[in-house]
Amino acid sequence: MAAAEDTIRAGAEAKAWDVERVREDFPVLSQTVNGKPLVYLDNAASAQVPRIVIERGAKYLREEHSNIHRGVHYLSQKATSAYEGAREKVKRFINAREARECIFVRGVTEGINLVMHGYGRKFVREGDEIVVSEMEHHSNLVPWQMLCEEKGARLRVIPMNDEGELVLDEFDGLLNERTKLVCVGHVSNSLGTVNPVKEIVARAHKQGVPVLVDGAQGAPHLKVDVQDLDCDFYAISGHKMFAPTGSGVLYGKAEWLEKMNPFIGGGSMIRTVTFERSTYAAIPDKFEAGTPAIASAIGLGAAIDYLNGIDREAAHAHERELLAYATERLTSIEGVRIIGTAREKASVLGFVIGDVHPHDVGTILDQEGIAIRAGHHCAQPVMQHFGVPATARASFAFYNTKEEVDRLVAAVQKVIEVFA
Amino acid sequence: MSELSELYQQVILDHNKKPRNFQKLEGANRTSEGFNPLCGDQLTVYMLMDEGVVRDLSFVGTGCAISKAAASMMTQAVKGKTREEAQVLFHEFHRMVTGELDEEAEENHLGRLKIFAGVRDYPARVKCASLAWHTMHAALEGAETATTENLGPGEVNP
Ligand SMILES: Cc1ncc(COP(=O)(O)O)c(C=O)c1O
Repeated sequence: MAAAEDTIRAGAEAKAWDVERVREDFPVLSQTVNGKPLVYLDNAASAQVPRIVIERGAKYLREEHSNIHRGVHYLSQKATSAYEGAREKVKRFINAREARECIFVRGVTEGINLVMHGYGRKFVREGDEIVVSEMEHHSNLVPWQMLCEEKGARLRVIPMNDEGELVLDEFDGLLNERTKLVCVGHVSNSLGTVNPVKEIVARAHKQGVPVLVDGAQGAPHLKVDVQDLDCDFYAISGHKMFAPTGSGVLYGKAEWLEKMNPFIGGGSMIRTVTFERSTYAAIPDKFEAGTPAIASAIGLGAAIDYLNGIDREAAHAHERELLAYATERLTSIEGVRIIGTAREKASVLGFVIGDVHPHDVGTILDQEGIAIRAGHHCAQPVMQHFGVPATARASFAFYNTKEEVDRLVAAVQKVIEVFA
Repeated sequence: MSELSELYQQVILDHNKKPRNFQKLEGANRTSEGFNPLCGDQLTVYMLMDEGVVRDLSFVGTGCAISKAAASMMTQAVKGKTREEAQVLFHEFHRMVTGELDEEAEENHLGRLKIFAGVRDYPARVKCASLAWHTMHAALEGAETATTENLGPGEVNP
């Protein structure tokens, strides 16, 4: 059975990925910037949106716009069913057991803060410990520092090596009876490292500790199966997976979500309200106070439709090919140093050019019509580990091409000329 | 849109490579720290102020070519100026890089500093050019820190 599956997968990988055809689905890609065709390599910050997502959002605004869950009228029912339909799509996309385990949030940052308030403030006490990793995005670090400060709890850190891989041998030693939660990213946004989250979850669970996975960079590049990972929480941001900003999901196992405190209080999250006390609605409503970003959530559903409609194995294989090609070409340029050389990487490529500041790199590349990210990528401890103030980062999506990598390489050479 | 060469001119590249007055100033009676929380640029300005005159001025710090060159040339421009003259330069520079001052049409004292005019075409980089000036200004005023965090709309990163 496993062997048969492998053959099927290998077959899919071998199939040609028609990147020119796919690019036509993304209207934004066909423009020129500074007189040159746009090369968009900032996908890890926000990925572009395909036409069907744009059209789905427009259709909602044109024909269905209305508040959800509150009206008995036609439009409200249309909007509600589109919104709940998107939740079903998310459920299938990440293979959650039930749709009510998928909470719509603004993005990963809000999802993690939901867990911090709902789980952390309820269950974490003085002297308890929270484990994070050295490569976390600030959004999976700062909320836990805030919690530790409030509770007198302690933050423990899984270290990484100079390749940018977590040192799992040290992980077991960090777990003890005071550990209340492990928080780790699926894929590092600054290094590209794919972390062995399934293994991390297994080890944490052996000690009875739940695990939150920051899936901001996981969902766009990997097939996510939350039941297979067996993680307790998984957070995703729609804008990193071809949907509009303002859409995101916090997946949580129902048994946790039910035990947790609500996060934001207000309308829609209550069952009964009197001046003496209020009782809360069942999940997912308990965590969705106020009018949500309905159009964005519906857009996320459409983005999932889009992803289901393409050959994702081939798409991911194409991304890996771009990463390998770009890594090889940039490595061969004297003075370029790749930051993040883990064995398992997604298509995120951090680098520095000699002692040229990455902001200067970013500006010069922008002049060439190339969009990359320059900065600390909300991961200052990672920058500290590698002894750099910042890095330049090119991140590839399945609509990028080898020719675009060549343009990146030529522009990097130009930077070296300017600063020679 | 300016061509690349207009921002990364030889003078700027040269000051980036060999920043002037780039050391801690022994005997400074004012120091001010500036930081740009958006990009992590950080610098310290040391000032020796005597009878209303900036007798000496230096800086140390890390940042991009634009911010380093701007700091280097700022120290050269402000050294020896009176407090009032330094204030005038600060305001003129600030207005130039935010596009409020046309350095060719309006009278000003910017001189060589005009090579930073091109920065106004790169809104994301305006703060890089002005950080050293804000920090110097803070030192003039006797403040210990300056930040580009809460600047007016002209300087907000888009
Ligand atoms: C790994 C990682 N975690 C968290 C986030 C935060 O996501 P958002 O800004 O959508 O809340 C990002 C995005 O910048 C990210 O790359």
